[in-house]
Amino acid sequence: MTLLSKIVNWARIKSPWIIHFNTGACNACDIEIIAALTPRYDIERFGILLKGTPRHADVLVCSGPVTRQTKDRLIRIYEQMAEPKFVVAVGTCACSGGVFRKCYNVGGGIDSAIPVSAYIPGCPASPKAIIDGVVKLLTSLEEKEATASKETVETKG
Amino acid sequence: MHSHDFQIPIGPQHPALKEPESFLLTMHGEKITSMTVRLGYNHRGIEKACEAQSYIQDIYLIERVCGICSHSHATCFIQAIEEIAGLAVPKRALYIRTLIAELERVHSHLLWLGVAGHEIGFDTLLMYTWRDREVVMDILALLTGNRVNYSMNTIGGVRRDITAEQKQEILKATDTLEERTKYYIQIATEETTIIKRLSGVGMLLYDDAVNLGAVGPTARASGVDRDIRRDDPYAAYGELKFNVITDKHCDVYGRAVVRVLELMESYKIIRQVLADMPEGPITVKAPRKIPAGEALSRYEAPRGEDVHYVKANGTDRPERVKVRAPTLANVQVVAHMLKDRYLADMPIVIAAIDPCFSCTDRLTSLRDSDSGSKNYMTWPALRSYSIEWHRKQGIDFSDLNKKFKVPGN
Repeated sequence: MTLLSKIVNWARIKSPWIIHFNTGACNACDIEIIAALTPRYDIERFGILLKGTPRHADVLVCSGPVTRQTKDRLIRIYEQMAEPKFVVAVGTCACSGGVFRKCYNVGGGIDSAIPVSAYIPGCPASPKAIIDGVVKLLTSLEEKEATASKETVETKG
Repeated sequence: MHSHDFQIPIGPQHPALKEPESFLLTMHGEKITSMTVRLGYNHRGIEKACEAQSYIQDIYLIERVCGICSHSHATCFIQAIEEIAGLAVPKRALYIRTLIAELERVHSHLLWLGVAGHEIGFDTLLMYTWRDREVVMDILALLTGNRVNYSMNTIGGVRRDITAEQKQEILKATDTLEERTKYYIQIATEETTIIKRLSGVGMLLYDDAVNLGAVGPTARASGVDRDIRRDDPYAAYGELKFNVITDKHCDVYGRAVVRVLELMESYKIIRQVLADMPEGPITVKAPRKIPAGEALSRYEAPRGEDVHYVKANGTDRPERVKVRAPTLANVQVVAHMLKDRYLADMPIVIAAIDPCFSCTDRLTSLRDSDSGSKNYMTWPALRSYSIEWHRKQGIDFSDLNKKFKVPGN
């Protein structure tokens, strides 16, 4: 790993900006995600900021089962994000479809539409679980991003 | 549409709206001339899923119609079942239901106050109210074991009792919250920035509120004196004393004032419930199979009147469940409130009805507005189509009609 990629990697891990997209959730996970950003849990101390557009975000935080109407939008939002990008599925519905698994309008979990890096179960996932999941993702990011940047360097060279 | 007019699509992913829904605004300069709402991104098919599961399983499903007012939906659904089955619910259970309902209202209104602050760029208010909201969340977690989706209800009563120590905790939390709410009342009535930003925005006059069928705090802020808790008492509300808050401002400011003052009423109700709660059992034994019949249940959710319709056919599964959430009644009003208003007011006007689109997305398309052709199936036609579809999959349901005599067939 070159010095430059080390610095880039360090900067990325210290400020992962997130975008939140509700793919058909019941709002419970959404309010818990917002609660994780507010003073009691204060996820901002990890450098995490909620952004409004997918183009500014590194991590896509999804809640809810993927309904037929949101599936295309979810893929579009994922494609709009800049590389390297990661997806976190918050809540049991986002992990597997949960109680809505067999509903006619539900396709399943987030991984039925886009690749997922971290799964946070719970109905709803509590802010504590969300923080735990995010920290685990950030820890794994150190290795993942290192390999990702190495590959890029090699291809360029 | 004039040649200078243009259209702005907003959503389904938009920073101001946390849920997927989309609005198409036709603009004339800075002013909105018309608005179309596109719902349905959150439609999961809960009503249909309810028909395939037993009543006890349905409670957990119905609770997940909406995560913010989960207790409202579960209680409303269970009230309908209890009416069909003719169950006499113990008084203590009714008081516990009322207690959870009011704690839920407190958390929902505090949440709204924060979101409203966020929409007008007053993020400090968001952080303040959400910090205080954690006090209610702690109490809900203490009583029910979960922060959201409490699973407190069961057919014929509630699942958990409340101990004397828990009562003390609730009273302590209520005192803290009351003090904080007084501060918010002071902000809402004295802070010039808030008053100037919210006054005159999203006007809804009394007549329009009645004609368009607004419900809940949205209607009460336009002077419509309507509250299911008082007008058609359910649970323990018939025995409690509280005021129905109304306001004459008819704008977003009025809606904020109504919600903040309703918080004070909720604290009053919580104290009364804790003082008057009778001793006794918390549940009666309910039959697994509910006798044939139908019932309509009404409930004053934090956002307004919630209506559930349940039709039973004598089995352990409902024949039909229909949910009419308060936002569906209020969402028509938004288009009216935004007409000839500025684009910059859109987020706060939409947020002011406290929309919950996961509650609302129950609909299927019934009529093509251009051709007027009705594109829906009758109940017997749908049933035979379903039997035919399953037969193609290798499952034979054709003897089901003989087994269960379905009224209307």
